[in-house]
Amino acid sequence: MSPEPGSINLTDRIRGGVDPMVPRIYNVERIRRNNHDTFTMELNPADGGNPEPFSAGQFNMLYIFGVGEIPVSISGDPVQDGPLMHTIREVGTVTRAMARLKPGDSIGVRGPFGSHWPVELAVGTDVVIVAGGIGLAPLRPVIYQVTGNRSRYGRMVLLYGARAPKEILYQRQLKAWGGSFDMDVHVTVDRGERGWNGEIGVVTGLIRRAPLDRSGAIALICGPEIMMRFSAQELLRRGMDKDRIYVSMERNMKCGVGLCGHCQYGAKIICKDGPVYRYDDIESLLGRREV
Amino acid sequence: MGDTLETLKSDLFAAPFCEGLEDTHLEVLLACAHEERMPKGRFLFHEGAAADYFYIIVSGRVGLELNCPNRGGLSIQTCDAGDVVGSSWLIPPCIWRFDARVLEECRLVSMDAAVLREHCKADPTFGYAMVERIAQVKAERLDAARLQLLDLYGNPEEGRHVARTRID
Repeated sequence: MSPEPGSINLTDRIRGGVDPMVPRIYNVERIRRNNHDTFTMELNPADGGNPEPFSAGQFNMLYIFGVGEIPVSISGDPVQDGPLMHTIREVGTVTRAMARLKPGDSIGVRGPFGSHWPVELAVGTDVVIVAGGIGLAPLRPVIYQVTGNRSRYGRMVLLYGARAPKEILYQRQLKAWGGSFDMDVHVTVDRGERGWNGEIGVVTGLIRRAPLDRSGAIALICGPEIMMRFSAQELLRRGMDKDRIYVSMERNMKCGVGLCGHCQYGAKIICKDGPVYRYDDIESLLGRREV
Repeated sequence: MGDTLETLKSDLFAAPFCEGLEDTHLEVLLACAHEERMPKGRFLFHEGAAADYFYIIVSGRVGLELNCPNRGGLSIQTCDAGDVVGSSWLIPPCIWRFDARVLEECRLVSMDAAVLREHCKADPTFGYAMVERIAQVKAERLDAARLQLLDLYGNPEEGRHVARTRID
């Protein structure tokens, strides 16, 4: 994928004297709870400079000193100045340690790494975002970018599936986006609860009913791999072309620069070639047990 | 009256359920159809009752529920505009398996399933077209149920230590 204007290229950064293996120290500015096991961390460089610029869909390696380092997608606005934002789910030792950080604590950040969502390709066409669970976080930068320059794009449709109403991410923002009259927001949950009058069912059901211009629309999918597979198949059934569908893959990234091979996926190295892929580039790998 | 029939016809024929049907089959469906409005909270049918009709939603939302002692009606799926509510009418013993409750005021096309079953027996081509469509509804719901069973968005760490702090 060719870089977008203004996108961040790792080679340029190395030429500029940045060693991608050395973390830059950031301080925790604020931690906000999104739901019972997910939080968003806002970080600023300890040296007083600006956070590294990034493109929507890229990730950083976040290092809790003495505990470990993990890859986390960037969930903030790629266009506006402001703190670096990561939305994180507590699923292991490092993320649990991150949840215990307090404002002023330090964290190491390497990145941004990887490919990005092809937001420029969407100019003049409809944008369909299909997200599942925490998969909304890597797509939020796209929403910021599109809503920040709304007239450049066609219809914007956000289809989001969560496990239960209380686990819906960015609830206030979803309500605001849905009420903004220039974005179709549809949310469904796998399990309803008392008081929930919204949709119950899987996100693929939303795709069947979504208003989209299938001839030109671009679809960006992020969530559990099975959900992405089924969503892509449903979009294809709706008449979308394979080369207009993009997915974000997740593997155990370690070095972030394609050297260690930890995140190898078939012939691809996800930290370097991905995490964002055009669907037809990885279709043959999806669902294969050996990779 | 003419307007009502035209509205019914356009609502019915626009439904995904009718996509690809022959004109003669569409006419059979139209003869078994009438339009209904249902307020929020009304039940379209209850588990265990005879499935002698089914609905196509024009607008609004319907929840499929299972009544659970001490827990009330548990919603397992919602149906929205364009969806078919009720697929048990074609599959013996033709008894509803769930409750269907209106969650948002609905405009519906109601179909006389008892008469449609007779048409299915009399005209195997029509019968096959109906079986194909109801099988599609069942297949989509089976796929969805399987995905829901996988609990794809569940936290693998659930049940272990998870910080409980204020949610904003």
